[in-house]
Amino acid sequence: MGNKYLLYLAKAHLDFRRAELESLADLYNLKVDLSNLSEDSPFVIVEIENDDLAAKWISRSILCRGVYEYWGETTEDWGQLHESVKQNSRSKWEKYAKTSFKFDFIGYQGSRNQKSQVEVIEQFSYLPFTGPIRMKKPDVVFTVIEQFIENTETSTRKFFGREVGLSEREKGVLDKFDLRKRRYVGTTSFEAELSLVTVNVAQTNVGKIMYDPFVGTGSFLVTGAHFGALTIGSDIDMKPLMGKKKNTIQANFKQYGTSLNFLDTCTMDFTHNAFRKDFIIDTICCDPPYGVREGLKVLGTSRPEHFVGKENIEIDGIKAFLRKDYVPTKKAYSLGNMLDDLLDFAAKRLPIDGRLVFWMPVANDEDYTTSIPHHEKLELKYNCVQKFNKWSRRMLCYVKRDDGYEGQTIRAGEVIKNEFRNRYFSGFNEASLD
Amino acid sequence: MKFLTTNFVRCPISKCDNSLKAFPLQYKNCELIQEELEFNPEFLANILDRLNWEAIIAVAGDLGNDSLPPTKPENVDPKDPENEQLLKDLHTLLIETQITEGEMHCGECGHIYYIKSSIPNFLLPPHLV
Ligand SMILES: C[S@@+](CC[C@H](N)C(=O)[O-])C[C@H]1O[C@@H](n2cnc3c(N)ncnc32)[C@H](O)[C@@H]1O
Ligand SMILES: [Zn+2]
Repeated sequence: MGNKYLLYLAKAHLDFRRAELESLADLYNLKVDLSNLSEDSPFVIVEIENDDLAAKWISRSILCRGVYEYWGETTEDWGQLHESVKQNSRSKWEKYAKTSFKFDFIGYQGSRNQKSQVEVIEQFSYLPFTGPIRMKKPDVVFTVIEQFIENTETSTRKFFGREVGLSEREKGVLDKFDLRKRRYVGTTSFEAELSLVTVNVAQTNVGKIMYDPFVGTGSFLVTGAHFGALTIGSDIDMKPLMGKKKNTIQANFKQYGTSLNFLDTCTMDFTHNAFRKDFIIDTICCDPPYGVREGLKVLGTSRPEHFVGKENIEIDGIKAFLRKDYVPTKKAYSLGNMLDDLLDFAAKRLPIDGRLVFWMPVANDEDYTTSIPHHEKLELKYNCVQKFNKWSRRMLCYVKRDDGYEGQTIRAGEVIKNEFRNRYFSGFNEASLD
Repeated sequence: MKFLTTNFVRCPISKCDNSLKAFPLQYKNCELIQEELEFNPEFLANILDRLNWEAIIAVAGDLGNDSLPPTKPENVDPKDPENEQLLKDLHTLLIETQITEGEMHCGECGHIYYIKSSIPNFLLPPHLV
């Protein structure tokens, strides 16, 4: 039996909570029952062996704010909270009798004014704490967390606990990665919060290699590097890789202090991949081209008859196609085929348990279930949705399974055409892509 | 392009798929720079596992460095001070050495890929895809 802890979750991207928390627990080999996790509540009580495991688990989270040792709760008045605290935590009091401490207040959908906070703190005088009260760097923080009825001063749920660990979110990572503060961004840059969630669900980690095959301005590389991965990317378009003067992908890594975690970006067509076949890629994270702000192209030509014999053209005695300034032709390709290629690649290159996480746009009135690709060696582990007005995007997470695994293969090439782009430009162009 | 990346890329033309001469690529007419980066022994020791050592030696040779040990250093403990010099040398070579401009030739089909403004380019003309 573990110790009881309270998780306090952010009111953001509710559909992604479970994916993130389970993925991080799995990454740190933490067995935890999250069956009580719900989209309706920012609280969930879990059992974990000890503080260290709990703190480590939550430290990387984006969608959880903090973890607290559970001392009591109520949906009624303060008197009931104190009853609960006395019942649940009495055996723990002794341990903190002499340490320095402070009280903290957290309000969900509301807050309590200072004067009223002091009154509440005074009611806790039955706790036998004789250590010094320290507002800066106390040894222990005791936290009152309240859920308010929105825009009122009435709290409907109260918790009391000992702070065990705060998350990346609470330590300011969203602000740090805010696109408005990033040196180099482009129209395809992926927002900070969900690009951090993406790499968490993908379990990128120290010492692991992470690849983004549609890297653009490198949004997933910088967040993957933040958690210690060695990151590499490629894109068929050289422009985003070059950046704008001094504003480049490398400059972003420098800004975030992770230059060592940046390997390279290469200009290449994902479908003509130059990575050697035995180069182990631990995780793949990407936002594939779906043709809205960037073309979905592959190498080749849709009019091969035009190019017959062109390989023999020479300029200054050198074959044109071997010159440094040669620009190859490209042709249109379908999103479905590209996603199939992505799954095939992941199935071949990922190690067992390695993860592929990518984003896919769908119109809200479309039956998305039919357009999700499957590969027999990849288990679709999570399928989380971020809804906009008329369209949504889904974050799909696949886990590479071993030879014994017998999944189903459903090729997307047969079901998804370039529908999304057409609909985007005809039907719902007021929707925001950001 | 970091020296390290040369260890991961090969000729992407499908008829070179099974050729031993398509990896590593041959590096010619390269302009190099050294960019100072923080030395992290754990990071390097970890990368060592992923390297194809023969390819490291071959590319180092292309770029004029013949001083590498002939066999891959195994089980390098990053905390052991005896390994510090080795890891520092590898850091200088793999991480700090970058190719800003240059050519990558496929030993099988002879195709030439270019490195432009430090970015390797593997795009192919229509008759090779
Ligand atoms: C949605 S954007 C991804 C942007 C990226 N997440 C970022 O942070 O900027 C898709 C990218 O895929 C690239 N792309 C399109 N076709 C490609 C192909 N065949 N191979 C590689 N990249 C391709 C586009 O040039 C574009 O940069
Ligand atoms: Zn070749």
